[in-house]
Amino acid sequence: MPVETVAPKIELPKKRDDSVLVQKSSTVKVSVHDLNFFYGRAQALHNISLEIPERIVMAFIGPSGCGKSTFLRTLNRMNDVIPATRVDGKVLIDDHDIYAPGTDVVELRRKVGMVFQKSNPFPKSIFDNVAYGLRINRITNSSSELAGRVEQALKDAALWSEVKDRLKSSALSLSGGQQQRLCIARALAIRPEVLLMDEPASALDPIATSKIEELIFDLKKQYTIVIVTHNMQQAARVSDTTAFFLLGKLIEVNTTEKMFTAPNEKLTEDYITGRFG
Amino acid sequence: MDLHRHLDDELSSLRDRVLLLGGEAEQALDRAMYALSERDSDVARQVLDHDDQVDQLEVEIDRQCIDIIALRQPAARDLRFVISVAKMAPVLERIADHACNIARAALDLNNEPELKSAMDLNQMSEHALGMLRAALDAFTSSDAIAARQVIKSDTEINDLYNHTFHRLIELMVTEPATATRDARLLFVAKHLERIGDYVTDICELTVYMAEAAFIKHTT
Repeated sequence: MPVETVAPKIELPKKRDDSVLVQKSSTVKVSVHDLNFFYGRAQALHNISLEIPERIVMAFIGPSGCGKSTFLRTLNRMNDVIPATRVDGKVLIDDHDIYAPGTDVVELRRKVGMVFQKSNPFPKSIFDNVAYGLRINRITNSSSELAGRVEQALKDAALWSEVKDRLKSSALSLSGGQQQRLCIARALAIRPEVLLMDEPASALDPIATSKIEELIFDLKKQYTIVIVTHNMQQAARVSDTTAFFLLGKLIEVNTTEKMFTAPNEKLTEDYITGRFG
Repeated sequence: MDLHRHLDDELSSLRDRVLLLGGEAEQALDRAMYALSERDSDVARQVLDHDDQVDQLEVEIDRQCIDIIALRQPAARDLRFVISVAKMAPVLERIADHACNIARAALDLNNEPELKSAMDLNQMSEHALGMLRAALDAFTSSDAIAARQVIKSDTEINDLYNHTFHRLIELMVTEPATATRDARLLFVAKHLERIGDYVTDICELTVYMAEAAFIKHTT
């Protein structure tokens, strides 16, 4: 009698559908409409419209001076502090226009945190750096809750295991990569919803850069992350969607996979392949 | 010299090499079929002797693709080109391998009395060679439309194979004395039919390179 055998069921991978962009696959966190930005009489951004879905990493790429950092700073009104600047258009975060009169800018920046190119720890202890935002925003008066929030932020920034035994040491004693992760922990401590990163790894060595990139990958489970980077391989590694800027204009937004294999716009392709200019 | 000019030079060199490999595969097939139809065993041996150089060329292309990916990190159309070449080189090498198998069959058959049915394979080989040339032209000019036309023409070589298959089986039945030699020709026909499939693979890679479209296994 022949023996019956049952072949194991093999699940085929789902068919790719490049026509469905990530933007349409989840809730929109940040929505920008016809944004123009001026430094005095010089227009730096021209009619930017863009949607950033919740809990993804979006990378902004483009040559120096293309407006990507300026645009990043419009998302939490960091440009407000620069004299003689002007903005028109709308930036909606959770459907609220952040440029509407009466917007609480402090609350906005709590919700939309920022990490800069150069790590900028305060000349204080590691603990006090992370606790700083919690204290000045009077988020908690309880020392045990404060300690818990600091610990959690340091864990979220993948720094806890390296500093847990020296929380009272000066933040300035940390390495460059650790300082940058401390700044990320400081931003995370006040539990933002959006994290803006302006070339966060450009001053770091490859190992420290790798740690930051792994951290970004983990953080997108909880946060919407927007990263400006000059390093296209970094954009390819860490982001889900990529936006290409040129001369203050948004040229293309696409899934990162599509952007780096078959971009829609010739200008994007020329930039990505290094044939620009 | 700026960096992208350097990359352009490397991509250009890679294109030259893969076209050289294509030319080698084309020449191997042409010569193997000549050796079979003209009963010229010297030419068959030349095809076999030359195969090591074809293999070496494939290895060089492999290395060059790996170097470009590792050192230049190509993106977009450059990436598609390098990936297509990396996948195309082994396909061309396999075509040359099939040509070697035909050359081996020619060496055996040339020691036997001539078979009239060998002439039937000329039409198939001309079609396979025409497809290969057209595929290499489409790759050179990054012409997805031409590549798609070549893919369509693979049905003709399949039809020719089916016709040849039936005719050779018929001969085996009606003239059993020639059956062993007919069987050898049947293998040659199968090699030519497989070359048609490999040319289709090349054209699918050309379409990917030109349009970033995956058309493999879609028809």
